[in-house]
Amino acid sequence: MKIKVEDLHVYYGSIHALKGISMEIRRNEILGAIGPANSGKTSFLRTLNRLNDLELHVRMEGQVLMDGEDIQKINVSLLRKRIGMVFALPLPLPLSIFDNVAYGPRMHGIHKKKELADIVEKSLKASYLWEEVKDRLSSSAFKLSGGQQQRLCIARTLAVEPEVILFDEPCSGLDPISTAKVEEAMLELKEKYTLVLVTNNTKQAARVSDRVAFFLMGELVEVDGTSKIFTNPRDNRTGEYITGRFG
Amino acid sequence: MIISPRHTQKIAFSLLSLCTVLVIAPVFVIIALIVIRGGPGISWEFLTAMPRMGMKAGGIFPAIVGTLYLVSVTMLFAIPFGVLAAVYLVEYARDHALKRFVEVAIVNLAGVPSIVFGLFGLGLFVVFLKMGTSILAGALTLAIMTLPVIITSTKEALSTVPRSFREVSLSLGATGWQTIRHAVLPNALPGILTGIVLGLSRAAGETAPVLFTVAAFYLPRLPHSFFDQVMVLPYHLYVLSTQVPNVKPEVQYGTALVLVGMVLILNLFAVIIRARFRRRKQW
Repeated sequence: MKIKVEDLHVYYGSIHALKGISMEIRRNEILGAIGPANSGKTSFLRTLNRLNDLELHVRMEGQVLMDGEDIQKINVSLLRKRIGMVFALPLPLPLSIFDNVAYGPRMHGIHKKKELADIVEKSLKASYLWEEVKDRLSSSAFKLSGGQQQRLCIARTLAVEPEVILFDEPCSGLDPISTAKVEEAMLELKEKYTLVLVTNNTKQAARVSDRVAFFLMGELVEVDGTSKIFTNPRDNRTGEYITGRFG
Repeated sequence: MIISPRHTQKIAFSLLSLCTVLVIAPVFVIIALIVIRGGPGISWEFLTAMPRMGMKAGGIFPAIVGTLYLVSVTMLFAIPFGVLAAVYLVEYARDHALKRFVEVAIVNLAGVPSIVFGLFGLGLFVVFLKMGTSILAGALTLAIMTLPVIITSTKEALSTVPRSFREVSLSLGATGWQTIRHAVLPNALPGILTGIVLGLSRAAGETAPVLFTVAAFYLPRLPHSFFDQVMVLPYHLYVLSTQVPNVKPEVQYGTALVLVGMVLILNLFAVIIRARFRRRKQW
């Protein structure tokens, strides 16, 4: 078990966004999180790397443990180094391809050219982008296509060598071919990392997840093996959402 | 009588263009007048020589140097305080009563008449802190007056940097300061520079704040230290126009031309910086 969430409540001012979530995230699995808009799945994700701390009037109750350690007690920079994140939109920084990937390692004190070059190459290979960009690492990241930018962002996350990677609807703006490439990368990454994938696309969750968690109005309805969720869910609402009867 | 929509459209259009022309006309008239009447007064000697014969002849070299000197020292104080204060307000300060109070105070500071700054500088720096009439006192006074311009434009520049840049940087484990230093400031820099240049050009042209704090009536030598008085262009122009009888108009207008030229060149810099920024901006 990599992460253990115990009775987690999150409030934004008077809005009760997460209502008592308890679950476990296992090492080297892809956990899919599905649910309609405002179900709390993104809030859940942003609680794990404490990006929620940036919101105004946010309040959290309960506990999140990573390797048995309370994430509120871990230095927040170190926590975010260990729990990386890929955002919904491809968000390259206005830097070159190389500097985007090297950004994280540089922030963690790596400045040797050779070392950075190795990290950049390794990360870009792991996100299946290396072959497409190896001849133009110094050109602007904005010149890449949307799908390439998203794989660049994955490489950038990998470059700081996290243990867990959070994907926040990483394919929402991508075409099917780019989506397939990102999914391929995720399946490969599972060997080394623990992945949490928030997605609005239930089929995507079915394709890549080992287990799936269904969120509804801030509650965790159920979490179970992917085939179980998609063929024989315990809760009626899960089945109804998956078959498209609401949401 | 009923006017057809086509006619109202025409009338409105003419009125609006007339207003626009009226707004820019004074600028062109002022510049044309100064160039025509001051142009003949500009010569190498005028720009590089000391004034002679009770400022009726010779050059305005000490006033040019004094203005540059004063503006540089002003920026030495105004830039770090202004930029860092803005960084604090935008990036660090939580939204509480004190922050809002500070922001209101800054806005009000921008509205204080410049003569009040002059008197404040006289009272605080010249008299109370015993700096005397000096570059230091004048620069500090001008710095306080320039601060709101720099703070406001820096704040604006910082808030145009997308929030996502900060989130990306933080999500990679960068600290708050690293994020500001590497993800926010580089992208806000052109906007900040524009604000600095605008503040600078305002400081260069002010008379009232320097009147009691630094400006010398007649001092045909260059300053040696922070504690010297200097001649400055705006005040020199005031003196030439009202205090010295029988000054040739090309000396007066020549001085005005040099002052306006300096300010316009500074503003041009701001325009260029902003234009290059727009071209580079791709998010």
